[in-house]
Amino acid sequence: MKYLDEYRDPVAAQRLLEEIRKTSTRCWTLMEVCGGQTHSLLRHGIAAELEGIVELIHGPGCPVCVTSQADIDFACELAQREDMILASFGDMLRVPGSERSLLDVRTAGGQVQVVYSPLDAVRLAQKNPQRQIVFFAVGFETTAPATALAVRQAERDGVQNFSLLVSHVRVQPAMESLVEAPDHRVQAFLAAGHVCTVMGYESYESFVERYQLPVVVTGFEPLDLLEGILACVRQLEQGQARLENCYARAVQAAGNRAARDLVQEIYQINDRAWRGFGVIHRGGLELRPEWSHFDARLRFEKSELPVLENDACRSYDVMTGQLKPTDCPEFGKRCSPDSPLGAPMVSSEGACAAYYRYGVPADNTT
Amino acid sequence: MTEREGKSPGGWQLNCPVSVRDHAECVTLAHGEGGRLSRKLIQERILKILQPVSSQSLDDAARLPHSGQPLAMTTDSFVVTPLFFPGGDIGSLAVYGTVNDLAVSGARPRWLTLSLIIEEGLPLAVLERILESVARAAGETAVQVVAGDTKVVPRGAVDGLFINTAGVGELLEPVPAGPAQLQAGDELIVSGPLGQHGMAVMAVREELGIEPLPQSDSGSLFPAVDQLRLTLGSRIRCLRDATRGGVAAVLHEWAEASGKTLSIEERTLPVTPEVRGISELLGLDPLHIANEGTMLLAVEQGVAAEAVAQLQTIPGMERASRIGVVRERGVAPVTVQRTLGAEQPLADPLGSPLPRIC
Repeated sequence: MKYLDEYRDPVAAQRLLEEIRKTSTRCWTLMEVCGGQTHSLLRHGIAAELEGIVELIHGPGCPVCVTSQADIDFACELAQREDMILASFGDMLRVPGSERSLLDVRTAGGQVQVVYSPLDAVRLAQKNPQRQIVFFAVGFETTAPATALAVRQAERDGVQNFSLLVSHVRVQPAMESLVEAPDHRVQAFLAAGHVCTVMGYESYESFVERYQLPVVVTGFEPLDLLEGILACVRQLEQGQARLENCYARAVQAAGNRAARDLVQEIYQINDRAWRGFGVIHRGGLELRPEWSHFDARLRFEKSELPVLENDACRSYDVMTGQLKPTDCPEFGKRCSPDSPLGAPMVSSEGACAAYYRYGVPADNTT
Repeated sequence: MTEREGKSPGGWQLNCPVSVRDHAECVTLAHGEGGRLSRKLIQERILKILQPVSSQSLDDAARLPHSGQPLAMTTDSFVVTPLFFPGGDIGSLAVYGTVNDLAVSGARPRWLTLSLIIEEGLPLAVLERILESVARAAGETAVQVVAGDTKVVPRGAVDGLFINTAGVGELLEPVPAGPAQLQAGDELIVSGPLGQHGMAVMAVREELGIEPLPQSDSGSLFPAVDQLRLTLGSRIRCLRDATRGGVAAVLHEWAEASGKTLSIEERTLPVTPEVRGISELLGLDPLHIANEGTMLLAVEQGVAAEAVAQLQTIPGMERASRIGVVRERGVAPVTVQRTLGAEQPLADPLGSPLPRIC
């Protein structure tokens, strides 16, 4: 893989760190809204290097973590039915629903298949014509084009036994809902580079204008992140609130037109329940009526079992920056990747999992 | 793993390099029932192919020659899917895996048993191909296959073919002291690039469409271990083939056994561009991915440069590298120094790593 080392150069990273330290006159609070960035910040030790200079709040950047328990419960239920295969990305498997995860269901004999691409799920359907294949379509706008493509391909090839359990979520409405909260602490946003690669960043112009907060489109490698942070700090120090693109090598203002058109063709925006957040206005995607024959919710009946929200997990407080993962009373005690209380600890993109993986567990002897 | 269609001989997804004809002869349940067909299968197929590496009839108990040295014994079962993967197959893997367990324990591998558990319907051509691979690997590592067993089970009871091998070897002096004897200052070395086997198998099994495909490192570690034994002797503290769980799992086992902290530097880890690419795409860490011909070694302080130089003369180990040191126990059992120099704990993975969504 090329062009990684260039963006992980320790000397250049130290230079940028120094520049941030020099520029900053007080501790600014920034939020990133992408699990990939959260992991990179911790994996490369950036969050620790900037302690006291920049506080990083790890927002709701993991689509797996915010997938509602009701959706996971339904996926588990489907996986247990005869002649059904539930296809999912790998990191969804360990996330607990009300009572069980997809991994638990698979251990108990349910049909859960890990796929690496939504198109694999279509192929799975073609290979198993006697079974119904439901693909658990989880992810931000980054993943939506690929699941949309799977729908189009299934339609083209006349694959009747393929459907989607759509749980796609949209980043910007979540950011809006965060800053609408009266006690929010965010002073600037690092906008998620991958989502912007698809969606572009034009839509943030009105956001910046309305909330008067800097938004800087930022990549994932250490140097990308440090440049994004530096740009935020410079704006804040100068009292500005602008939209800036620090990930120009991947992101254009209008995004990827073909991918956006595809998403637009297959999906429409809806209100969606986010785990830990409740319903976010325009916070998700659903299939358009003309594609509803691919909607697993319509194709298969759902049992009326109540969803038992697990309130021991303080994921909302973590994702809104009210609580640092390591300050959670359960972190490393009752809650660890081996026995997670909530999704941020279990998903490989989750903030608590990142702290557990890259930090020293507070106390795991109990 | 993708669901397999009905297993007609033509429908087998074995990634087998030989073409299996639609009406190829297959192993049937009758082959496993002890009668004439069983004898025919064993004598005409199995023994014939294994004959160069087997002086015995492969049934009942093998008689081994008296050995003046203490012996080491091990066993391992091989259940890899697909049966053929870039850089190897289940047959050679079943030999190297057991040979390597003996080698890193300080033994010269001498004798193997070979148990085949065959799924009904496996094409005989595939079985023969795998046995030829067993014979080749046994010949290369100078081990004799001295006893065996063949079972055929109904469709679905196993996935194509499972193999168990047990191995006996003669311990050679000096036998490595073992991880409990690790001392602060000891140096850690890996013999080759990380994660090749796990990634090679995953890339073909999940049809990831990666090019070039990573090649499995499946191979014998005995020549390397033997050479180091002769030149470095007791300055080698311990060795381990880093199979399931990868190098990270071995580091954790050694940290636990010794009560020390094992500390590695990320920039020194040898990783091929293919494995790195897949790891970055799927959010996996090469430290957690399985190897089948790559080992972790701990040597006395000051010996690493010599050990690395020697390993680098062995084919396949050109990228051997010193990756870290042993320290008195600090904040975590295993730590890794990443880009910016900060030291972080290295996770002991829970089960197999699951690829991430984006």
